Amino acid sequence: MAKTEGNQLAKSSPFKAWAINHLRTFIASLGNMTRHPASSFMTIAVIAIALALPTGMFVMLNNASNVSIGWDNSAQISVFLKARVTEKQAKKLMGKLRLYDDINQVSMIHKKQALKEFRKISGFGDAIESLGDNPLPHVLTIQPVVDANRPDKIRHLIKQLNQQKQVELAQLDLQWVKRLFAMLEIAQRTIWVIASLLGIAVLLVVGNTIRLDIQNRRQEIEVTKLIGGTNAFIRRPFLYTGLWYGIGGGLFAWFLTILSISLLDNSVEHLANLYNSGFQLQGLSFSEGFNLIGFSCFLGLSGSWIAVGRHLSEIEPS
Amino acid sequence: MIRFDNVCKRYPGGHEALNNVSFHLPRGKMAYLTGHSGAGKSTLLKLIALIERPSRGNLVLDGINLSNVGNSKVPYIRRNIGIVFQNHHLLYDRPVFDNVALPLIIAGFQHREIGKRVRAALDQVGLLNKEKSAPITLSGGEQQRVGIARAIVHKPGLLLADEPTGNLDPELSREIMQLFARFNDVGVTVLIASHDLDLIRQMGSPVVSLNKGLLSHNDLEVTSHG
Repeated sequence: MAKTEGNQLAKSSPFKAWAINHLRTFIASLGNMTRHPASSFMTIAVIAIALALPTGMFVMLNNASNVSIGWDNSAQISVFLKARVTEKQAKKLMGKLRLYDDINQVSMIHKKQALKEFRKISGFGDAIESLGDNPLPHVLTIQPVVDANRPDKIRHLIKQLNQQKQVELAQLDLQWVKRLFAMLEIAQRTIWVIASLLGIAVLLVVGNTIRLDIQNRRQEIEVTKLIGGTNAFIRRPFLYTGLWYGIGGGLFAWFLTILSISLLDNSVEHLANLYNSGFQLQGLSFSEGFNLIGFSCFLGLSGSWIAVGRHLSEIEPS
Repeated sequence: MIRFDNVCKRYPGGHEALNNVSFHLPRGKMAYLTGHSGAGKSTLLKLIALIERPSRGNLVLDGINLSNVGNSKVPYIRRNIGIVFQNHHLLYDRPVFDNVALPLIIAGFQHREIGKRVRAALDQVGLLNKEKSAPITLSGGEQQRVGIARAIVHKPGLLLADEPTGNLDPELSREIMQLFARFNDVGVTVLIASHDLDLIRQMGSPVVSLNKGLLSHNDLEVTSHG
């Protein structure tokens, strides 16, 4: 056709046209959302709250792990010697234990020193005085070589220690750390489950919003199809709207997380001070924040993709 | 340009809308399609615009057999057709300019070029001063002319109109028909479905008539094979 040749000249190259179209839609879909600020904001707020909840839990969990991270290495075996073991015998045993491969360090808490400390800390000074005899034994504290992959090694060491004739009881102080880690792991899994459920909720919220959007713009879709809009062209504004919901929801969720942490910060610092700890609440790092936004974008885009796939093909001009 | 070759269209449920219709509208020609409502005029236009597909027979548009066109090709074929609807099909959430610009945006024209072409199209239909108006504030005749501007803004080779004067008084109707004739003068192939026989007689272009799905009158040549 003679006329189409003239058209080709004024038209941009296919790639440029495609890029222009994308940019145009990207901005236009944002403009469309700002035309209904209240409903757009509510959708974004729902997404943000759904994402901020697991994110906040994740942050708290991270902090809990941070607190306990030093404890793993401070695994310590306390060896309570029998009451009749003298200081000399205890020192001899200490020398012997130092030769063990599995032992990093051995130190001794003399029973006099232990009594002094106990008296000071417990406040039972007078009561202890009245006992006359020191009821406490010498104690050896052992820093074992910690191999996270070989917990049985430590167990074996404890067994060996318990077989020494001077030893009343050797026990690992790590047990409660292990329990804590186990609890943290349960907490982590719980958070993943909650995050997955809320992620699905975000998907559905975006999908439903886009579905309504498609219904409201039914006539526009029909007309666009009639004058030669491809399915990709018609799909595009809805996908970008979903993406914008994702970006908005992610940013807002990040903001909510920061806000919540700053609300908790003072109380945590107070608590840490009571424990003479310099512990400070860690918020989301930048990379974690961007991950949050990225995940949110992914959910927004997927949600709109599902809605578009289901509902756009139903609309054909007639 | 348009060649119907024993085309039948049967809708699900058995209603036969077109029965063995054959005619040929050459490039650059203008013709009217008449018939009572329900005679199959709209169906015929829908077949050309690929809104419906023929049940039987061949329909060739600009050398392309529409029976064999895949769904993904449909938009690109429609881009060479301008369609004017009886009820305008304007988008009321945006001004006249944006309505007319839609085909150019779809085709990926540059911003500057869009402004130029939209104003040229609005000028042709005499609405240059209305580009910022909301369509709802315009009269029926003006809305129809916005629809026409949108149909011709991308300079399609073929212009289809389905009862374009259906809701207009005789004076406006004649103006609209004269507008179509002017596009035909510059080489656009035009096919207008209308039941306004008095007006059509005044315009003096060839007429194709349908009656209950059958071709009852044809001023154009009948399709010859080969």
